[in-house]
Amino acid sequence: MGRFHGRSTTVLKPKTTQEVSEILKWCNERCIGVVPQGGNTGLVGGSVPVDNEVILSLANLNKVRSFDPVSGILVADAGCILQMLTDYVAPHNHIMPIDLGAKGSCQIGGNVATNAGGLRLLRYGSLHGTVLGLEVVLPDGKILDQLTTLRKDNTGYDIKQLFIGAEGTLGVITGVSILTPPAPQASNNVILALPSFDNVLPLYQTVKRQLSEILSAFEFIDRTAYDLAVKHGQGRALSDEDVEGAECFVLVETSGGRREHDEEKLNDLLELLLTADKPLVNTGVMAQSPAQFSSLWALREGVTEAVSKEGKAYKYDISVPLSSFKEVVDNTREHLLSKGLLHDKAVKFVLGYGHVGDGNLHLNIVADSYLPEIEEALEPYIYEVVSSHRGSISAEHGIGAMKTHALPYSKSAISIELMKKIKEVFDPHGIMNPGKVLE
Amino acid sequence: MRPSPARLLNILVPVKRAVDYAVKIRVNPQQTGIDANVKHSMNPFDEIAVEEAVRLRERLKGAVTSITALSIGPPKSLDTLRTALAMGADRAVHVALPDGAPAPEPLAVARTLRAVIARHNDAAAAPADRIDLVVLGKQAIDDDLGVTGQMLAGLLGWGQATCASRLEVDVAAGEALVTREIDGGAEELRCRLPLVVTTDLRLNEPRYASLPNIMKAKKKPVETLSPADLGVDYTPQLETLKVAEPPVRVGGGKVANVDELIAKLKEAGITAA
Ligand SMILES: Cc1cc2nc3c(=O)[nH]c(=O)nc-3n(C[C@H](O)[C@H](O)[C@H](O)COP(=O)(O)OP(=O)(O)OC[C@H]3O[C@@H](n4cnc5c(N)ncnc54)[C@H](O)[C@@H]3O)c2cc1C
Repeated sequence: MGRFHGRSTTVLKPKTTQEVSEILKWCNERCIGVVPQGGNTGLVGGSVPVDNEVILSLANLNKVRSFDPVSGILVADAGCILQMLTDYVAPHNHIMPIDLGAKGSCQIGGNVATNAGGLRLLRYGSLHGTVLGLEVVLPDGKILDQLTTLRKDNTGYDIKQLFIGAEGTLGVITGVSILTPPAPQASNNVILALPSFDNVLPLYQTVKRQLSEILSAFEFIDRTAYDLAVKHGQGRALSDEDVEGAECFVLVETSGGRREHDEEKLNDLLELLLTADKPLVNTGVMAQSPAQFSSLWALREGVTEAVSKEGKAYKYDISVPLSSFKEVVDNTREHLLSKGLLHDKAVKFVLGYGHVGDGNLHLNIVADSYLPEIEEALEPYIYEVVSSHRGSISAEHGIGAMKTHALPYSKSAISIELMKKIKEVFDPHGIMNPGKVLE
Repeated sequence: MRPSPARLLNILVPVKRAVDYAVKIRVNPQQTGIDANVKHSMNPFDEIAVEEAVRLRERLKGAVTSITALSIGPPKSLDTLRTALAMGADRAVHVALPDGAPAPEPLAVARTLRAVIARHNDAAAAPADRIDLVVLGKQAIDDDLGVTGQMLAGLLGWGQATCASRLEVDVAAGEALVTREIDGGAEELRCRLPLVVTTDLRLNEPRYASLPNIMKAKKKPVETLSPADLGVDYTPQLETLKVAEPPVRVGGGKVANVDELIAKLKEAGITAA
């Protein structure tokens, strides 16, 4: 993202868990910092050294260890790329429980280390549930083998959970055992154009009620985000007529076992929406082919790329109550305007999109260039807003190097103190990803 | 007297339900065909044809009186027709085949289209009601035969403009100006109506079906015919001997330097002339 530049001179690319163990042991004895690096797609600078640490790339640890088509349990090296795993389980009629825009580069180990959420969380839950076991190399070189494939295992503290979302500060994940769900036999999607943000919540309720178990995504894109995605060629645009008067859009995806059944449900929903006395939607479009299905998704998934093409982005990935999504975006824009920072040479756009189903808003501020004034205007402003809603300052992207100072806005002093103790237990020499998560 | 355009246009758009291009094709174990139990959608070239017909109407306003979509195939072809109707066709004709019946060959398809056009035009009360433009895909992505449009023009004795990347129709003059993609450039043809046009990829980018139009499409008329109604015989004239996957491509290797490359080339028997 061009905001973090490392000064590291060494990149190590071990091929086996044993090699990872030897590297860590060596570094630990000499107190050399180590930064685990996956696909380097993380958005908070977690995989970039802050000083001259050694980079430990997992890219060569990239084999599938086993897959059981009956239980759907996949055991893979941490360096396997998410897309590769998706393709691996596809012929067995399974899918990965996680999917995100970076799937072509990010690694399963990186996903686990960041506890990535993504587009399927609504349906399949978080990695804290789907990850069944981990193999982790601890900073002293010991290999913690918790690579079990058990669905149930209530035997004391569940240590592996600590590594999920630890962003490489406790150890290096080398193997992942994960439960993959059966592939849906039919998927459909629609994009709905809404006259007002106020309709998003009632729409979500209606959609949940009507689609129930086949609802697999409910994603929100505000008008600015949509316009940017279209401007930068992310997916085919809707017709002018269809977007006229729309303040925001919602992408609804269904995945189910039988096409006819799903289509009937979806059609009933759409009919209900269009014939209501006070319609919640202006109109919408429905994909008629897998190509259009991808194209509609591209409008949503492409926002990230569009934003980086448009300028320099300040990205906030926050959890706040659904009802405050728009207020947060609008107030931020107002706030920047009042500081005289909303113009061509400063902030160009303030936009919001995200996973409504998970209460997760991506608030992006697109600027002409990174300026200290903008940063000062945004922080701690945004963190205070989040804190006032008892929200999270980092819903799914983590803390990395970028948000360590802001941790107290989401975590109490007691929590942070415990985190520090845990870090101390695992990594007394502080070699694992120094400067990340905890200051 | 009420002014009326000198001529009106009725367009026929044949659409085929084909295995979707995003699907990975698998040959069946008997090697007689492919696994058909996969996602199907409208042949992309036909989607372009529907889009073009709808755009013609948007451009020419009242001069296009009707757009008829036609599909030959199993009951599920109705889905493909509904898509065409949702995109803007007015009515549909389904020439129904039983599930699992072999897909008709191009000549049989062309004969079917001729029969449907004849039926329609014989019943036309006025010349303005006649079908005088057929827009269809230049090929279907499942069999890639790419001859139906040409055969149809031959059978009807109409003009043909294949692989169109641009289509303009002057209804009053009874003429169309078609830009065709040819090797190394573009060719412009001025054609007289009635006319058969086949579509190429660059002609347009098809629209999404909007929800209100999907709802309206459910109420649009679909006429179901059998091949017998049209007096067309679908007995195959071609025999498929065997369907096989292409040989697996063996990956290339990397060489470290130019010398190694030259050595490898020599090994492979390639020498400078
Ligand atoms: C286009 C795009 C879309 C995205 N969409 C989403 C989204 O929808 N939801 C979401 O949650 N996130 C999203 N992300 C961010 C997401 O967190 C990362 O893309 C991904 O999970 C990180 O994987 P990676 O392999 O690239 O890890 P990296 O970026 O290389 O590393 C991320 C962190 O994990 C650590 N790490 C990596 N591998 C290991 C390992 N094997 N052991 C220990 N620590 C390790 C690193 O040290 C670093 O702290 C998106 C990113 C992009 C670029």
